[in-house]
Amino acid sequence: MNPMDVIVTYWPRLIDGALMTIRLTLLGAFIAALVSPWLALVRVNTATFIQAPIRVYVSFMRGTPLLAQLFLIFYGSGQFRPELEQWGLWDFFRDPFNCAVLAFALNSTAYQTEILRGGILGVPRGEIEAARAVGMTPIQVLRRVVAPHAYRIAWPALGNEVILLMKASALASIVTVFDLMGRTRQVFSRTFDFSVYLWAALIYLCITATFVLLWRFAERRLSPHLSAADSTAAARLAELEARP
Amino acid sequence: MLELFSLGDTGWGDEILRGLLVTAQLAVTTLPVGILLGFFAAFASLSRFVPLRALGVGYTTIMRGLPEILTLFVVYNGVGLLLNSLVQWLSPEAGSIDFSPFAAGVIALGMVFGAFAGEVLRGAFNALDRGQIEAGRAIGMTNSQVFWRISLPQVWRFALPGLGNLWINLLKDTALVSVIALDDLMRMTKVAVGVTKQPFTFYLLACLIYWVLSVLSELVLAAMERRANRGVRRA
Repeated sequence: MNPMDVIVTYWPRLIDGALMTIRLTLLGAFIAALVSPWLALVRVNTATFIQAPIRVYVSFMRGTPLLAQLFLIFYGSGQFRPELEQWGLWDFFRDPFNCAVLAFALNSTAYQTEILRGGILGVPRGEIEAARAVGMTPIQVLRRVVAPHAYRIAWPALGNEVILLMKASALASIVTVFDLMGRTRQVFSRTFDFSVYLWAALIYLCITATFVLLWRFAERRLSPHLSAADSTAAARLAELEARP
Repeated sequence: MLELFSLGDTGWGDEILRGLLVTAQLAVTTLPVGILLGFFAAFASLSRFVPLRALGVGYTTIMRGLPEILTLFVVYNGVGLLLNSLVQWLSPEAGSIDFSPFAAGVIALGMVFGAFAGEVLRGAFNALDRGQIEAGRAIGMTNSQVFWRISLPQVWRFALPGLGNLWINLLKDTALVSVIALDDLMRMTKVAVGVTKQPFTFYLLACLIYWVLSVLSELVLAAMERRANRGVRRA
């Protein structure tokens, strides 16, 4: 088979797999995005002994392979099958898709918590003091000053994290989820045609590229006041470099 | 419970230690390959020769955008097919040969490490103070003396935190080779699970071992960073 035949014959499978990859990634990243801000706030604002469990959690998630975490959840849950059945949770853990999403969400929560912590710490103290001085309550300070600025600071790093998660979601294929990687391996095992891997690589790169563009667009919308300043700064730099 | 992890025929301690040894061998073998590739990628993407720069930038961009496991399969299956057709072409009567999963792991993980390290090193070279290089030339150092005595020691200092993160990623990525049947820590754990039917216990043990390796690496890297930064005045 030549490479064109492979894509002509198998494109529905590959697209189906790509949609599954996107679903896994977005679901995992979204759940993590709901949980991580609270953990980041605890990490910044509370006493050391309250933070300790979060620190241990983040260190564990970042210090162990995602594949091992996935196996721990998917295969490991089998060890507690009677208990899980009793609580009615077995149906959840039996499904590799659920386990993959859970593993990705837990893993991404750790990374997003660290990123947001950095973002919160990056908010200038003066802004918070000014907000207090005009009489905002702590909740108002958080909603109107800290959160918007922290997200603006953290935005590029959060985008990187989603891309890393998208790449990592290929691991789901190992627990028999038919994502893009799973479909690709399936097609390869039928055709032994190597070019299917190259098509898969192309699709992964397209997903990444599209995501990067969307994320940059959102970044400009999040910080419209910066783009004008940015372009003048860039122009000034270019001018400086052009000088002999 | 504890006898599950004992050494010898009754426990799985020795099997898992053997797997750990393979994991360590793989990571330690891949590191120099990856760093070397990283230097090539950095030099290429900093080159003034456009085709070379395109090659360097293309390599780092594409490689960083692909899942590591895809790269691993591409190398394992692709190089395997290539080797076999090469052998067929050279001597048609020879049987098919197996491409070693260890070599595939070193090549694939080395390529991934090299792409990320290329970016780290490019940034480090850009962070060098041009004036120091000019000063080196001015007192009559050759290009290689400038590189070894002025550039490299400082590139090392700038790049160390980034390379340290990549090392920890590499350590974790070695778990992927268990999928192409290399008997590393992850796969020996799987074997133990298959026999003992205690998946949670053993995968948790594997996680804890990887965790210890990562935390130890972080400690060593922090010490290395302190050493690389000795003599640098704090701002």
